[in-house]
Amino acid sequence: MDITSITGAAYIVAALLFILSLAGLSKHESARNGLTFGIVGMAVALVATVAAVIDVSEFLDDRAVVIVLMLVAIAVGGAIGLWRAKLVEMTGMPELIALLHSFVGLAAVAIGWNGHILGSHESMDSLVNIHEAEVAIGIFIGAVTFTGSIVANLKLSAKMKSAPLMLPGKNFINIGSLVVFVILTAIYVSLDTHDNTSADILLGVLTLLALALGWHLVASIGGGDMPVVVSMLNSYSGWAAAASGFLLGNDLLIVTGALVGSSGAYLSYIMCKAMNRSFISVIAGGFGIEAPAGADKDYGEHREIQADAVAELLAGASSVVITPGYGMAVAQAQYPVADLTAKLRAKGIDVRFGIHPVAGRLPGHMNVLLAEAKLPYDIVLEMDEINDDFPDTDVVLVIGANDTVNPAASEDPTSPIAGMPVLEVWNARDVIVFKRSMAAGYAGVQNPLFFRDNSQMLFGDAKDKVEEIVHHLN
Amino acid sequence: MLIGIPRESKQGETLVAATAKTVTQLTNLGYDVIVESGAGDHADQPDTAFAEAGVRVGTTQEVWAADVVVKVNAPTDEEIGRLRKGATVISMMAPGRSPELIERLQAQGVTALAMDAVPRISRAQSMDVLSSMANVAGYRAVVESAHEFGRMFTGQVTAAGKIPPARVFVVGAGVAGLAAIGAASAMGAVVRAFDVRPEVAEQVESMGAQFVHVEMEQEVSSDGYAKEMTEAQVAATAAMYDEEARAADIVITTALIPGRPAPSLLTAETVAGMRNGSVIVDMAAANGGNAAGTVADQRVVTANGVTILGYTDLAGRLAAQTSQLYGTNIVNLLKLLTPEKDGNLGLDFEDVVQRGITVVRDGQSTWPPPAVQVSAAPAAPVAAAPAKEPKAPMSAGAKVGWVLGAIGVFWLVNALAPTDELRRHFTVLMLSIVIGYYVIGKVAHALHTPLMSVTNAISGVVVVGALVQIATDDTLVLVLSAVAILLASINVFGGFAVTRRMLAMFSKGA
Repeated sequence: MDITSITGAAYIVAALLFILSLAGLSKHESARNGLTFGIVGMAVALVATVAAVIDVSEFLDDRAVVIVLMLVAIAVGGAIGLWRAKLVEMTGMPELIALLHSFVGLAAVAIGWNGHILGSHESMDSLVNIHEAEVAIGIFIGAVTFTGSIVANLKLSAKMKSAPLMLPGKNFINIGSLVVFVILTAIYVSLDTHDNTSADILLGVLTLLALALGWHLVASIGGGDMPVVVSMLNSYSGWAAAASGFLLGNDLLIVTGALVGSSGAYLSYIMCKAMNRSFISVIAGGFGIEAPAGADKDYGEHREIQADAVAELLAGASSVVITPGYGMAVAQAQYPVADLTAKLRAKGIDVRFGIHPVAGRLPGHMNVLLAEAKLPYDIVLEMDEINDDFPDTDVVLVIGANDTVNPAASEDPTSPIAGMPVLEVWNARDVIVFKRSMAAGYAGVQNPLFFRDNSQMLFGDAKDKVEEIVHHLN
Repeated sequence: MLIGIPRESKQGETLVAATAKTVTQLTNLGYDVIVESGAGDHADQPDTAFAEAGVRVGTTQEVWAADVVVKVNAPTDEEIGRLRKGATVISMMAPGRSPELIERLQAQGVTALAMDAVPRISRAQSMDVLSSMANVAGYRAVVESAHEFGRMFTGQVTAAGKIPPARVFVVGAGVAGLAAIGAASAMGAVVRAFDVRPEVAEQVESMGAQFVHVEMEQEVSSDGYAKEMTEAQVAATAAMYDEEARAADIVITTALIPGRPAPSLLTAETVAGMRNGSVIVDMAAANGGNAAGTVADQRVVTANGVTILGYTDLAGRLAAQTSQLYGTNIVNLLKLLTPEKDGNLGLDFEDVVQRGITVVRDGQSTWPPPAVQVSAAPAAPVAAAPAKEPKAPMSAGAKVGWVLGAIGVFWLVNALAPTDELRRHFTVLMLSIVIGYYVIGKVAHALHTPLMSVTNAISGVVVVGALVQIATDDTLVLVLSAVAILLASINVFGGFAVTRRMLAMFSKGA
């Protein structure tokens, strides 16, 4: 039993624990166990690798430098990670996760370059080629993940315009980049030696190409579709890890990368179905937003309502459904909403939440926010669970949601969001829409809901307004 | 323009078409309003209340000379004669059943809008007087039955013995039926309800009643509603009515078929089989009644002591409430007809609601209006089809084809792989992909974010790759590896910590 076999065995254990972790995370009851499995698995993998590195490095000249650098890097990285995780607002979760994805991408690029610099350990020529191809593919996936995630992060944190970038012939750019990548890889692989400048330059061009492609892929997607994009980048980061695994001949990386890659892809697929989008066009970064049709259509007039009247309406209701959207996250209104919910439930009013699958900027974003405010998750229902109940609902509070409650999706076949399943709030007796202004939603589509006879608008900051309502309820 | 609110001439009518509250809303729309003296006496709206609201109280002549006359019941011939040429009259008219009324209105050269012809589309709900009145009537039906019933509705255990809860059976779950269910269950009764439309079961249950299902063969119930009822269904339904009515203390029937006499649901035998002291409120009495022995507008007590109430003025018995609702419906209509809020009433025939209620326009009959798409929802998918080709779900065969194709590619890759090591890596890759797919299969939606942050943390396992590479003498590699380790560590620790924070927040309610 030497150190190699011990690490090998440890990797299998870690891989199993990761599988258990993902399995656990798919149910509320087992979610915490799943997390524990994941942490233990990661600890096993890290300790085993560190031990192996310490063991292997005894032949090196400056062993101490290597070991110290390694441990310092882990410690500093870990500290930064824990610090960010502690600080992040739950509303800023999407940005953070997108940023973290970019780190995996960048790490994969670094590993790829290392592989290039170190050269192949194999002696047979045919295997050298495989090694070089692995280097190129690893760098490519890593770089696309890196810039894609950076763009997603910028869009989510509103540091970049969320509107889709519409370069002429964007599909051509994407496909062309892929073709160029294949050609570059072929040339790179066919080079006689790889420790010269021309190989460096070639690989450098390839890296830049991948970085540009990643940027363009995500930049051409509108902010409203970011939940799918984040999930897709999650998948990409998995594939990047798997590619590194091939490069290093490391099964743990392959297993884990493939797990994350395929589960992320499946998750994106579920969400695409929820938004009635084509999965293929998402992973190809092709789906931008069509120009809104008939934007100047006359929808009639909207009616305004004040907080005290809403309070009165709520007090007289027997069932209330709250459908939150990104606006609730922006206004940080989840705590007052929880307050309001508690007040209404104390009066014996049935309060439930209806969550659209793509509400917010991250799948499950609303659930996280509501959970943060200590709302019990059994009154937080999915769209399909609650859609049939709207006709029996007295009051629906639409807090900062727009496209996810747009009746045009089911009623206007020319609408850009036609066919997307939405929360059918308009079937309720009264609908109160919390909104900052009459501006269109993320998809840029006007919402006829605001002009329905049973809808009333409550303008202003969602947090302030909900607090006012709570105040009037007292 | 001047709106006149006359006193209802119909014998025993208690309602009025406006209240002090709604006349204020009418003046806000730019109208002048005149109310006939004594118009609201029975609806708790004395002349003084109207005067306080700032509108004029006048004589019959003054009111009928107004530009717009708003009332509850259809105008009589005498009243039509008082209308100015070019005036507008708004009331309930039952235009489908009153051709002679339409003729008279035409002859007078007026415009007539029928409140009871409002199309039943969601936009027009705020003007739907039939719903408003049915709602009140359903409530009142329960109150009337409680008045006749010699016992309490709610069950109690007292020192003087146990009181069983009253058992109420409601037939028909329209607006009136649902209102009755709500009122009866609020009073503590055990409520059961039936409707020929099985899809309303949910609404019934939401109001607190139990939906009675008619037991019959499976195939019948699956397509039973749309077609004529089969003989077996008729028999089964009749048996259910009989059984439920006999078991009930109070039966409230609301079954109506538009344009036809009310269906006969409770036979003479059923009524004879009911307990002494039971009460039947037949809300369909005006159209012939659902129960044998119903007499419109009468209280009948059968030989076996069952009281049958055939009141047709149930809504009118809550005059203040119904008038308020009717008045609000009127205000909502006038809002639609007065988009500029300048007190000038205009009709826009492009609008299905305005077209639908107009019976006579400037002396020309416009009845019947073109059919209105009552509910937009069912039509939408049909209309959507040509615009956006719905993606056909992948057929089972195609799915098998894809899977077999993928497996074939896997075989090819493995067969072509130059070394065993590579082959092993591919095997591991493929198996992991499949596991990843299945493991995620049934993830709860709410857990998407934690799941994603955990997979994110796990993909930080790429740190292992960087660690393996750091054992080197090459300075550049050393630096790159160190950077990669640092980045991946942020990911690992940050990802797990964030997930932990999120999961700690998810808690189940009591």
